[in-house]
Amino acid sequence: MTATTVSTEKPAGGGLKLRIKGQLQQSLAFTALIVIVIFFSFASPNFLTFSNFTAILFSTVVIGTLAIGVTFVIITAGIDLSLGTGMSLCAVMSGVFIVNWHMPLFAGVLLAILFGGLIGFINGFNVAILKIPPFIATLAMMLVAEGLALVISQSTPIYFDKVPAFSAISTGNLISGVKFPNAVLILIAVAIIAGVILNKSVLGRYTYSIGSNEEATALSGVNVRKWLIVVYTFGGLFIGLAGVLISARLGSAQPALGSGYELQAIAAVVIGGTSLFGGKGTILGTMIGALIMSVLTNGLQVISVPQEWQNVVLGVVILAAVYTDNIRRKGTKA
Amino acid sequence: MSSKLLEIKGISKSFPGVKALKDVSIDLSHGEILGLCGENGAGKSTMMKLLTGIYKADEGGEILVEGKIVDVNNPREAQDLGINIIHQEFNLVPDLTVAQNIYLGREPKKLRRLFIDDRALYAQTKELLDRLQINIDPRAYVGKLLVAGQQLVEIAKALSFDSRILVMDEPTATLTDSEVQTLFTLVRNFVTDKTGVIYISHRMDEIKDLTDRVSVLRDGAYVGTVDTARTPIREVIAMMVGREITSDLRPELREHKTQTVLEVRGLSTLSLLKDVNFDLQEGEILGFAGLIGAGRTEVARALVGADHKSAGVIKMHGEEVSISNPADAMAAGLGYLSEDRKRYGLLLDQDVSANLSLSSLKRFSNSAGLVNKRAIAKAAEEQVAGLRIRTPSIRQAAQNLSGGNQQKVVIGRWLTRDCDVLIFDEPTRGIDVGAKEEIYDLLNELAKRGKSIIMISSELPEVLRMSHRVVVMSEGRITGILTAGEATQESVMHLATLSRVKPLGDRVEPGMSDNEEARPTGINGDEEAGAK
Repeated sequence: MTATTVSTEKPAGGGLKLRIKGQLQQSLAFTALIVIVIFFSFASPNFLTFSNFTAILFSTVVIGTLAIGVTFVIITAGIDLSLGTGMSLCAVMSGVFIVNWHMPLFAGVLLAILFGGLIGFINGFNVAILKIPPFIATLAMMLVAEGLALVISQSTPIYFDKVPAFSAISTGNLISGVKFPNAVLILIAVAIIAGVILNKSVLGRYTYSIGSNEEATALSGVNVRKWLIVVYTFGGLFIGLAGVLISARLGSAQPALGSGYELQAIAAVVIGGTSLFGGKGTILGTMIGALIMSVLTNGLQVISVPQEWQNVVLGVVILAAVYTDNIRRKGTKA
Repeated sequence: MSSKLLEIKGISKSFPGVKALKDVSIDLSHGEILGLCGENGAGKSTMMKLLTGIYKADEGGEILVEGKIVDVNNPREAQDLGINIIHQEFNLVPDLTVAQNIYLGREPKKLRRLFIDDRALYAQTKELLDRLQINIDPRAYVGKLLVAGQQLVEIAKALSFDSRILVMDEPTATLTDSEVQTLFTLVRNFVTDKTGVIYISHRMDEIKDLTDRVSVLRDGAYVGTVDTARTPIREVIAMMVGREITSDLRPELREHKTQTVLEVRGLSTLSLLKDVNFDLQEGEILGFAGLIGAGRTEVARALVGADHKSAGVIKMHGEEVSISNPADAMAAGLGYLSEDRKRYGLLLDQDVSANLSLSSLKRFSNSAGLVNKRAIAKAAEEQVAGLRIRTPSIRQAAQNLSGGNQQKVVIGRWLTRDCDVLIFDEPTRGIDVGAKEEIYDLLNELAKRGKSIIMISSELPEVLRMSHRVVVMSEGRITGILTAGEATQESVMHLATLSRVKPLGDRVEPGMSDNEEARPTGINGDEEAGAK
C-alpha cells in the first residue's frame, strides 16, 4: 500500500503567520486595554483605585451582558439593533411582573429574562423564516420595543422601593466584607457559561458554522432556519437579563434609557475581534471589548474630558477596530 | 440476479427555454469507475444534480439503484441511498476544523444531546483519516488548509458516509500531480464489488488512467459509451465535439494591418494564471478558447485590473501602461464586457441612456459636475440607432430589454467611451440565435473600424467562426495560439485538454511551432506558491 502523505497545510511559516493574524485582533484588543489602563493610571491618581476599579466593572455589566448575547448573533453574520430598547422593554416588564403584579421575585426575574428570549425569538423568526435582513428585522424590533416600553409603563418609571431584594441582585455584595457588587459576579458567571456554550455545545458549533458558510452548513444536513431562531432567541435571553440588571441597579424600571446601548454593545463585540461578516468571534474577546469601552468612558471622565469629546474618542476606537477587522479578513482570505 | 449498481434510463431535464438533457441513459456496474465526459454545457453537471436530488428530472425517465427504482428529492435522500457527490466547488466551512467539517450535522453528542462530544468526534475523524491514509490534522482549521488539503477533506467527508456510489465532479481541478495520485489511490481503494464511482473530468489523461469505461454526453444528449482501455483519446474527443458546425462561415478576412495594439507579457496571478503572453493587432478578433476554469476570464480580469496581478507587463501601442484597477484600464483604452451582464455589466433598473453614459459621465458634465442630460440623450439616441438597439425609447429600463439588446447596450457604453481594445467575455451567452448573428455582425464591424477585440467564448463554433486567431488555454496557461486556418474543433479541444505535466511528445498540432514562448515550462515546483 502506498502511504498517501501529502503536505496539506500551508507551509509552517505561513501557517504560523496566519494563526498569529487570527488572534491578532484579540491580543491587539487586550494590548490596547492594558495600554489604556496604564495611560489613565499615569494621567490621574484617582484612576487606579479599588473603588474606581469596581466602578468600571460595575459599569461594564449592562453593556457586557448585551454584548455576550449579541456575540452569538453576530457570529452567524447577523446583527441585533433591538438590544437597547429591548432591554428597556424587559426592564419595564420586570417592573410590571414584580411591582404591578406582585409576583415572587424569582418568578418575575425569570419571566423578564424569558421575555427577552421572546424578543429574540421574534427577531429570529423574521430573519430565518420571513427572510428579512437582520439589520431591518431588528431595526423594526428596536422601534416596536421602544414604543411598547413607553406604552406599557405609561412613560413613567416603575420603582422597586418596596422590593429591596430586587436591587440587591445588582448592588448587593454576595461576598461579605468586600464591596464587590453582585452584578459583576453575575456578568462573570454568564460570560463563562456563554463561553462554554459557544465552544462546546451544538448551538455554538452551528453558530460558527452558519456564519462561516451558511450554504455548506445547510448542505451538510443542518436545519439552518431552526438554528438561526435558536441563536437569536438565546441572544435575546441576555437582553432580558440586562433589563433586570439595569433596573436592579437603578432601583427602577426606566422605559426610555436603553436606546444607544445597542451600538455600544455591538462596538464592544467588534472591538473584541468578532467579525461582522460572521464565523469568527469569542466571548473572551467580547468581554475585553466591553472593558475597553467602559475603561475609556471612565478614564476620560476621571481626567475630566468633556462628555462631547468622550464620544469622539469612542467613535475613533470603533473605526480603528473595524478597520483592523477588515485587514484581518483580507489576510485570511488570501 | 445481476442488476447494475446504478442505472439511469431515459432521463430528460428541461429548464425554461432550454433542454439541458435529452433522454440520457447511463449505467454503472459494481466495482466500476465510469468516466463521464463532455464539453462545457454538455449536461454532465445537470446529470449529477439530478442524481443527487438537487434538480428534479422531467417525467418519463427513471433512476434505479441495485435494480430498484428510486426517487431522490434532496441531497439528504441521496445520502441515505448511499449516493454522494463531491462538487466542483467546495462545500466546506472555513472557520471549523477538519473534524468539525466532516461530521457537520452528524456530530457525536453528549449531555442530553446539547453538547458535542469532541473527544469522540476527533477520535472517529482520526480513525477515518487513518483508514483513508490521508495525513491531515483533524484539528486544523479548514480555512487554513491549502486548496488541495480542502479537497481531501471534501473527499474524506464524502467517504465518511457509507457511500455506495461516489460521484466526483472535476475533483482534480485544483490539485498538483502528487495529490492527484493520492486521490486516485483513494478512489481505487474505495471501489469494491459493492461500490462504484462516476468520475467527471475534462482531463483526458486522467480519464484514461483511472476509468474502466467512458460515457460521453454532447449538447445534453447521450453519444455513447466506450471501453477506456481499447479506445484512443482522440476518439473520445471526437465523440465530445462531433457536432456539425452549424455554419461554415469563417472569420472575415481583414486587410493586413500589422500594427500591434496590445502586448501582454508574462501575465500571472497568484491564484491561476502562469506566464500568459500574447499580442493583439489592430482590427483583429482574437478568440480565447478553453474549458471552464482554464483561466480565460481571469486573463481579462487581470488585464483590466479587476484582479491583482502577481507579474506581467502590458503595453498599449508599444508603451507600457500601469493598470491597477478598471478605471486605469479604461483610461488606457481597454474595455471589458463581463460574462455576467446582469451582475457586472448593467444597471438593470436604470434606463438605456443612463447605462450608455455610465462610463463617460465626465464627458457629459460641466465644470460644476452637473450632468448635461440633453447631451446624454443625444449620444444615447445615436448609439441606439447605430447599434440597432431595439427599445421603445432611451428611457426604457435596461431590464425590460431582451438579452441581445442588453448586450448591445453594454457594447454601446464602451463605444461611447471610445476604447481601442474591447474584451468580450461570452458575448452571446443567454442570447437567442437571431440576436447572436447581430452581435457577430457588430463585432465584425467594430473590427473593420479598427477596434481590436478579444473574444472569450465557451462555444467553440463561435470562436472558430469569429476569430482571426485563437488562443487556447488550459489550467491558467496558454497551450497554443492557432491561426484561423489551423483552428479546428479537434485541434482546439486537444490543446484545451492538455494537462500541465504531460511531455510535449504527442503534440504535433499546427500552430504550436510559432508559439514557443507560450508553452508551459518549468511547471512543477511553483504550485504551492500559487495556491496561497
